[in-house]
Amino acid sequence: MAFLKVNHLKVYYPVRGGFFRRIVDYVKAVDDISFELRQGETYGLVGESGCGKTTTGRTIIGLIKATAGEIVLEGTDLTKLSRRQFYPYRKDIQMIFQDPYSSLNPRKRVLDIVAEPIRNFEKLSPQEEKRKVQYFIERVGLNPESIYKYPHEFSGGQRQRIGIARALTLNPKLIIADEPVSALDVSVQAQVLNFMKEIQEEFQLTYLFISHDLGIIRHMCDRIGIMYRGRFVEEGTCEEIFRNPQHIYTKRLLSAIPNADPRQRRQQFHLREEVEREYKQSYHRYFDDDGRVYPLKKISETHSVAIP
Amino acid sequence: MTGKPILEIDHLRVSFRIQDQYYAAVDDVSLTVNEDEVVAIVGESGCGKSALALAVMGLHPPQKTKLEGSIIFKGTNLLSLSTSQLNKIRGKDIGMIFQDPLTALNPLMTIGRQIEESMDYHMKLSSMEKRQRTLELLKRVGIPNPEKTYHRYPHELSGGMRQRVVIAIAIACEPSLIIADEPTTALDVTIQAQIMGLLKELQQQMKTGIILITHDLGVVAEMADRVAVMYAGEIVELADVETLFHHPLHPYTRSLLHSIPSAQTRKEKLHVIQGIVPSLQKMPRTGCRFQSRISWIDESKHEPNPILREVEPGHWVRCTCYQHFYFPHDHIGDVGYGIS
Ligand SMILES: Nc1ncnc2c1ncn2[C@@H]1O[C@H](COP(=O)(O)OP(=O)(O)OP(=O)(O)O)[C@@H](O)[C@H]1O
Ligand SMILES: Nc1ncnc2c1ncn2[C@@H]1O[C@H](COP(=O)(O)OP(=O)(O)OP(=O)(O)O)[C@@H](O)[C@H]1O
Ligand SMILES: [Mg+2]
Ligand SMILES: [Mg+2]
Repeated sequence: MAFLKVNHLKVYYPVRGGFFRRIVDYVKAVDDISFELRQGETYGLVGESGCGKTTTGRTIIGLIKATAGEIVLEGTDLTKLSRRQFYPYRKDIQMIFQDPYSSLNPRKRVLDIVAEPIRNFEKLSPQEEKRKVQYFIERVGLNPESIYKYPHEFSGGQRQRIGIARALTLNPKLIIADEPVSALDVSVQAQVLNFMKEIQEEFQLTYLFISHDLGIIRHMCDRIGIMYRGRFVEEGTCEEIFRNPQHIYTKRLLSAIPNADPRQRRQQFHLREEVEREYKQSYHRYFDDDGRVYPLKKISETHSVAIP
Repeated sequence: MTGKPILEIDHLRVSFRIQDQYYAAVDDVSLTVNEDEVVAIVGESGCGKSALALAVMGLHPPQKTKLEGSIIFKGTNLLSLSTSQLNKIRGKDIGMIFQDPLTALNPLMTIGRQIEESMDYHMKLSSMEKRQRTLELLKRVGIPNPEKTYHRYPHELSGGMRQRVVIAIAIACEPSLIIADEPTTALDVTIQAQIMGLLKELQQQMKTGIILITHDLGVVAEMADRVAVMYAGEIVELADVETLFHHPLHPYTRSLLHSIPSAQTRKEKLHVIQGIVPSLQKMPRTGCRFQSRISWIDESKHEPNPILREVEPGHWVRCTCYQHFYFPHDHIGDVGYGIS
């Protein structure tokens, strides 16, 4: 059984307009996607800005209401639960946010930041709480004395660790990491990525890893879903996506990755031109008359592509 | 390959006042940019890249900042000019592109009006000519439907489109130098590839010199002719792009190249540079500034006063520690760079 199963999920945002602020249209941010996460794996969600990655993540943790579809966590459909019924499941799914600079409240001490989820879910004495926070702060590689400091006293990588410590306090099973290293520079980024892999083993975590950096996705993920305008264009193992991409949009995304070898500059440039040409020429093979992505079709046990 | 120098930065020091003391964020940097050349500046957050760019553009507030050395642009020392003299050069001869296009654009003014305004200041054109030229510029930076976009406001455009508008403004007066500070950091890869292609094209067509600041080494590998690597306010290595990626010498450059995730690093640990970048006040001002981050290298291997030395023609490295540098043994071999 899949650990988390997303079935035909749709999330539409209403667009209001006119004098009465009536709903005049919808933004179909997520438009019928299905995928599943297996226990302990890292699943990458990739796509250009605005394709619906964050919306998907926020809907799974219950911050946004699904318009239609199911989100099944270990057999329970979360979308059918009332707020009260959902409550215990909130512990199981935690989120790490993109920007370590703005996602931590600057006026709170690290102790209070990290303890916040514990306070919501567990009744602990101040001593027990402090001990627990210190345990996790140490686990993420920070000095236990850090708990009395404020976020501005830490570097970007350290702040991201504080965010991770906070996400770990409730023993989650699933962590949704929304662009967790985009705001960090390479060497700090490496630190956080290494760390995420370490704790994955230690705490048996499943990751939904959202990013538009394909280099990082390749480094981190077991399987990958490529999103385009609220839908999936392709899904497969890391191997399949990088070595044998099928959808023209996937190819376009891959060819856009900057090549870190200056000697391959010309080849990279030509590859990009070629893919761009193919994109223009064969657009109608991959998108229907309304420019919409076709439903996914299995081309192997693990590899699916949106082709007619 | 490259033409004559248009910008010569010489012994530049940029110091910020913090509680009545000045601390140098850019510390004795010399760098030349030739026409038709892309010089990339890379380095960890806080190493002084933006402080250097702002100095060239004359955008540091004089009350809080001290500038020493010289910045010769086409024969004139920019540091000796008055604000009004600088304004004549800025925006006309030197174009600027920043990370966040929204801060560079006026939210209350249409796109067309903003581009025209940038011409008002430096060119004498009739309103017909200006409009004509604006539409041409919009087309040139790859905006579909220029007539429509002309009447739009910044918030009505996507991030990539906004950055194109910023580039249109930057090139409106055909500058001979463009300073681009993280121009694609806020954009996703497909748009980034388009913007890089556009900058490259402009450089080739108009013989513009470009200073490209970024911490994305992939972007550097694709765009730059030469690369300056900065650490803690100093240039620690300077070389042409191939040399830098294939024969990096300075421990910092090698560590940086090692931290990039690539096809080979999958499921492995990435290299991490120990320790943190010191803050301005705590930065060591003597000795090798990178010493504390490669503590396994014996102290005696560093120079007491490291200078930037030309070790091969065109390849400059600071400090002798590079001759003795190795990655700690728990590390996965010294492959030098992260080719995908
Ligand atoms: N609260 C909202 N109200 C209306 N539309 C929204 C809202 N939040 C997001 N959208 C729209 O929904 C779409 C998907 O947005 P989402 O933030 O999920 O994209 P994303 O893939 O995370 O993009 P990015 O890479 O830029 O973070 C976009 O078109 C966005 O403009
Ligand atoms: N106005 C200022 N007053 C005091 N210190 C400053 C000021 N601006 C920058 N600094 C400090 O100067 C150093 C260099 O900053 P700079 O913005 O040039 O870094 P950068 O290399 O551009 O980093 P990033 O990659 O994060 O943009 C940093 O330590 C920074 O904190
Ligand atoms: Mg997002
Ligand atoms: Mg900067």
